[in-house]
Amino acid sequence: MSWRPIPGEVAVEAPPIKPKLELKGRISRSLVEEISRAKGEPEWMLRLRLRSLELFEKLPTPSWLTGVEELDLEELAHYVHPDFERAASWEDLPEPIRAVYEKLGLPEAERKALAGLAAQLESETVYLSFRKYLEGRGVILMDMGEAVQRYPDLVKRYFMRLFPPSDHKFAALHGALWSGGVFLYVPEGVELEAPIEAFFFVASDLLSQFEHSIIVAGDRSSVHFIEGCAAPMLRRYSFHDGMVEVYVGEGARAKFTTLQNWSRNIINFNNKRALLERGGSIEWVEIALGSKVTYTYPSVILRGEGAKASIYSLTFARAGDWKDTGAKVLHLAPRTSSEVVSKSVSVEGGVSVYRGLVRVAEGAKGSIASVKCESLVLDRESRAYTYPRNEVEEAEATVVHEASVGRLSDDVLFYLRSRGLREPDARKLVVLGYVGDFIDRLKDSMSGLFLEYYAVLKRVLETEFEEMGGYG
Amino acid sequence: MSGLEVEGIHVRVNEELVLKGVTLRVPNSSVVVLMGPNGSGKSTLAYAVMGHPRYRVEKGRILLDGDDVTGLKPEERALRGLFLAFQSPPTVESVRVGTLIREALARRGFPFSESEAIALLERVGLNRSYLPRGVHDGFSGGERKRLELAQALILKPRFVVMDEPDSGLDVEGVKLLASEVAGLAESGAAVLVITHNPRTAEILAPDRVAVLVSGRIVAEGGLELVREIGERGYEVVAG
Ligand SMILES: Nc1ncnc2c1ncn2[C@@H]1O[C@H](COP(=O)(O)OP(=O)(O)OP(=O)(O)O)[C@@H](O)[C@H]1O
Ligand SMILES: [Mg+2]
Repeated sequence: MSWRPIPGEVAVEAPPIKPKLELKGRISRSLVEEISRAKGEPEWMLRLRLRSLELFEKLPTPSWLTGVEELDLEELAHYVHPDFERAASWEDLPEPIRAVYEKLGLPEAERKALAGLAAQLESETVYLSFRKYLEGRGVILMDMGEAVQRYPDLVKRYFMRLFPPSDHKFAALHGALWSGGVFLYVPEGVELEAPIEAFFFVASDLLSQFEHSIIVAGDRSSVHFIEGCAAPMLRRYSFHDGMVEVYVGEGARAKFTTLQNWSRNIINFNNKRALLERGGSIEWVEIALGSKVTYTYPSVILRGEGAKASIYSLTFARAGDWKDTGAKVLHLAPRTSSEVVSKSVSVEGGVSVYRGLVRVAEGAKGSIASVKCESLVLDRESRAYTYPRNEVEEAEATVVHEASVGRLSDDVLFYLRSRGLREPDARKLVVLGYVGDFIDRLKDSMSGLFLEYYAVLKRVLETEFEEMGGYG
Repeated sequence: MSGLEVEGIHVRVNEELVLKGVTLRVPNSSVVVLMGPNGSGKSTLAYAVMGHPRYRVEKGRILLDGDDVTGLKPEERALRGLFLAFQSPPTVESVRVGTLIREALARRGFPFSESEAIALLERVGLNRSYLPRGVHDGFSGGERKRLELAQALILKPRFVVMDEPDSGLDVEGVKLLASEVAGLAESGAAVLVITHNPRTAEILAPDRVAVLVSGRIVAEGGLELVREIGERGYEVVAG
C-alpha cells in the first residue's frame, strides 16, 4: 500500500532517533516487567501493569473495530527511550531534535502564551519546562513516570481510577505498556492564567506510543490544558493508544483542547475521561485533522450537583480514513448539564462516524443534555454515520438530540460554480462556512495561541481543497 | 452576432434526449420570452446554456457574443458574463448570502461593499438581515426569486437567463422584475426569460417570444403568440 502525504501535514523530517533502550515484539509478562524496571517503578505500578496485561489477554477485540487490519502489535516497538536526557531548556536538546520542535513552533508558542510545556518523543518526555512561580503556588507539572516515583501516593489516588484497564482491550493494553504523558496538579483555588501544553511526537515507523496524562484541578481552581500531536510521514505506520484522566474538583473550571494533526499513517486510539464534582465545569474541544484511523470519545462523568460539560469535536475524514469519534456524558447528579456539538467533514471517500452516549441516571433531576451532531459529506464516495444513544432514567430531565447529514450535492456545486467559483473554491467555501462557528469557538478558548492553531487548521483546509476537483 | 445564441442543440439528460435541435437567438439589449408546457425542456435549456455537467450537449453550439462556449465550465461561462437565475435554487446553509456575493464579485474583480449589497437587497424587497443568512436557507418562495434577481443585478451580467423568475412572486414583485429586466436590457444585456404566465410576458414587453414544445422550438413571434397560447393552448400553436 502506498501512502501519500496528507495535505497540511507538518513539514518535518523524521529526526534520527537512536534509542537508549528499545523494547519490542511480543507483549508478554517479561516485556512489561522490563518496562517497569527501566522506569524504576514502585511495586504497585508493576502490579497495575501486570493486572492490565492479564485483562488485555482476556478481553475480546471490539467487534466494531474497522480499518486496523494492518495493525500487528507483535511487530511494534512498545517502549523507545531516545538516547538523551530530558531537558528543561531547548538548548539542551540534541540539535536535530530541537530543529524539529522549532519547526513545529513549540518554543515560540511557549514564549508567547504558555505557562508550561511538556514534549514527548516516542515513549519519553524529552522536554519539560514551566513557569517557576507556579511551583511556589503548589502546581505540579511533571513527566508521569517521574511523578510515579516522586509522588507515588498522590498519583496512586488517580492513576487509571477513572479509566480502569478493564474498560476495553486497548485500555488494558495501555495500562500494561504506558509510558510518558504528564501529571498536572493544580491545588485548590489556584487559577492558571495561561495554558499548559503537552505535545506528542512520533518520529519512527512501527512504534507504539502510550502516554498517560492526569490533570487534577483542585476545588475552585482553573486550568486550560492543550494537547498537540504530530508525526512526520512514515513508511508504514505507528500506533498511538494514549489516555487522559481529568479530575475536576468542586467549582473548578477545566478546559481541554486537542489539536490532533498526526500524519496519515498513525493509527490513533485515544481514551479520555473526566470526572466532575459539584459545580465543576469542563470544556472539551477536540479537533481531529490527521491520522488514518482514529477512535476517540471524550467522556465526562457529572458526579456532583450542578456540574457542567461541553464537548465540541471537529473531524476530517479523507480518502482511506476512518474517523470514529463521539462523546459520552453521564449525568449522575441533579441539575447537571451537558452540551455536545460534533461536526465532521468527509471527503474523497473518507468515513466519519459519530458514536455518542448520554445517560441521565435516576435522581439527576433537572438535568439538561443536548447533543447536536452534524456531518458534511462532500462527494458520493464519502460517508458519515451517526450512532447516538440516550438512556434517560430520570423523568425530570431534558435531553435533546439533533442530527443532520449535509451533502454537498451536485446541484449546490453547480449553483456556486454558476456564480463564477471554481469547483475547489466552491467546496472550500462550503467547508469553511460549515466549520466557521467552530473556529469562532476555538478563538474564544485559545486566547494567545489561537492564531497558531488557526493557521494549522486553515492550512489543512486550504491545501485540501486546492488539491481536489482536478483543476490545475 | 452579438448576444446569446443557441445553435441546434441536442441535450441528453441521463438517457433521455430532452432537447432535439433547439435554435434561439437573444441579441444584446433585448428581451426574449420563452414559454412552453411543463416538461418541454425549458429548464434543460437554461442548464445546458449555463453548462450543468448533467445536461450533456450532444450536438450544436452555445455562443456568447459569437464565442463558442459549449466546451467551457460553468464558472468560465459565468466569468464571461453569463448569469442564470434558477427556477428552484438550492439551499446552501453553510454559505452566507454576504459571503456568496463577496466571493462572486471577487472572481469578477469587482469590489465588494456591504452598503452596496444592502442597497441592492433592499431594491429587490429584501434587507440587510438577509446578508448573514445561509444562501436560500429558510427563504420563502418569493424571497428565493428576489435573491436570484439581486445577484443578477449585483454581478452585472451581459447574458442573463431567468428560469421562471416570476413564479411565487407577488404582484408588486412581478412589476419590480419587469422593470429590472428592462434595466438589464437597457444596459446592453441579452435577457432570456422563461415563464408560464401570459401576464408576466405582457408586462415584460419582450422583443420576441419563442415557444418550446417537446424539446423543439415550435413557434416564434411577438406578443400575439402569448395571446394565442392563452386562448388556444400550446397544442394548437405547435400545430
Ligand atoms: N436531472 C434529470 N433527470 C431526469 N430527467 C430529467 C432531469 N432533468 C430534466 N429531466 C426531464 O426532462 C424533461 C424536461 O424537463 P425541464 O425541467 O427542462 O422542463 P421544463 O420545461 O423546465 O418544465 P417546467 O415548466 O415544469 O419547469 C422532463 O421530462 C424532465 O423530467
Ligand atoms: Mg423548468
